[in-house]
Amino acid sequence: MQSPVTSTPATVSAPDIDAYALFWAFSLIALSGFGGVLPFAYRGLVEKRAWLSPSEFAEFLGLSQMLPGPTICNIAIMVGHKYRGMRGAFAALAGMICFPFLLVIALGALYQRYGDLPAVRDALHGMAAVAAGLIFATAVKMGMALYRKKEPRQRQAVRTGLLLLAFIGLGLAGWRLIWVFGSLATIGTALFYLMREKP
Amino acid sequence: MNQESHVLELCGHLALLSLMAVGGGVIMIAPEIQNYVVNGKHWMLNEQFAAAYAIAQAAPGPNLLFVSLIGWLVAGWFGAIATTLSIILPSTLLTLALIKVRTRQAGNALTKALQQAFSPISVGLLAATALIFARASNTDWRADLLTLLSALIVLKTRLNPVLLIAVGAVAGIVHTI
Repeated sequence: MQSPVTSTPATVSAPDIDAYALFWAFSLIALSGFGGVLPFAYRGLVEKRAWLSPSEFAEFLGLSQMLPGPTICNIAIMVGHKYRGMRGAFAALAGMICFPFLLVIALGALYQRYGDLPAVRDALHGMAAVAAGLIFATAVKMGMALYRKKEPRQRQAVRTGLLLLAFIGLGLAGWRLIWVFGSLATIGTALFYLMREKP
Repeated sequence: MNQESHVLELCGHLALLSLMAVGGGVIMIAPEIQNYVVNGKHWMLNEQFAAAYAIAQAAPGPNLLFVSLIGWLVAGWFGAIATTLSIILPSTLLTLALIKVRTRQAGNALTKALQQAFSPISVGLLAATALIFARASNTDWRADLLTLLSALIVLKTRLNPVLLIAVGAVAGIVHTI
């Protein structure tokens, strides 16, 4: 059954979850997401509204991380689609982006106006230094999650190789992202495919 | 305005890049965007790029919005809307396509291999991004120290990152006084 327009039936009976409800719910989630939206998405979708079960959330998260694009937006699309099909998907995505977008632009306008003031420049220098640290911390967290599961040594070796080559290629050698990503993704996928557990 | 056709070129670039942002989100394509707008086109300075990123990081919402801010700085509303759409639409269409075929593709061996390969690559790229960012915007060892300390604090505590960014702003001001 592959009807493209109708959404899959909801696990929670929810007649009032229409496109507007989706838009506002995701607007609220996005606007409370200081320093990362994901924890607020879990609270808003699973704990507060029960639109998703915890295991559904984990499944949506896993899929979103596998897909390109911002994880949190992919989750919004999946949740919107679950309740209201295409319309819902775009309503949820719009909610995730609209108000934060306007807010960021407002800050940008302020920056254009006051960005040359020495105090603002110094503050932004400090903020940028912290921002780089936050990215590094995210990389470390994701890296640790990779090694948490016990796996054959051969796979771990390939994993470590890909990780290091990606870091060296982009960070130290300064190669173009498209080459680093393209070559490593091809080689890595081929290796993992060859090493798959045969049923 | 000629600027607008340049922005459309940037948008094509962004749309392509957005499909490579797997796992860690759009942050890992930031160095490539930086290279394009700072070194390639000379539309802004490294300092402005870093500021745009820091501002977007301090604001609520998905962090892809730093791209909107870059677009805004380059070409106003047109730039902001065009860059946002080009970073978000390709992956959105892909996600919608996946929702349709998910039932048939789940557990497919190739999909699994793809996923297994992507995760370590995105970790490596993300770490490289942090390094590139630090190199581009940190002007002395004190800034490097601030970067390292904030990474450690986020890893070891449950402190909200936005609070850390605020601390960074204060540290930046105090440092020069």
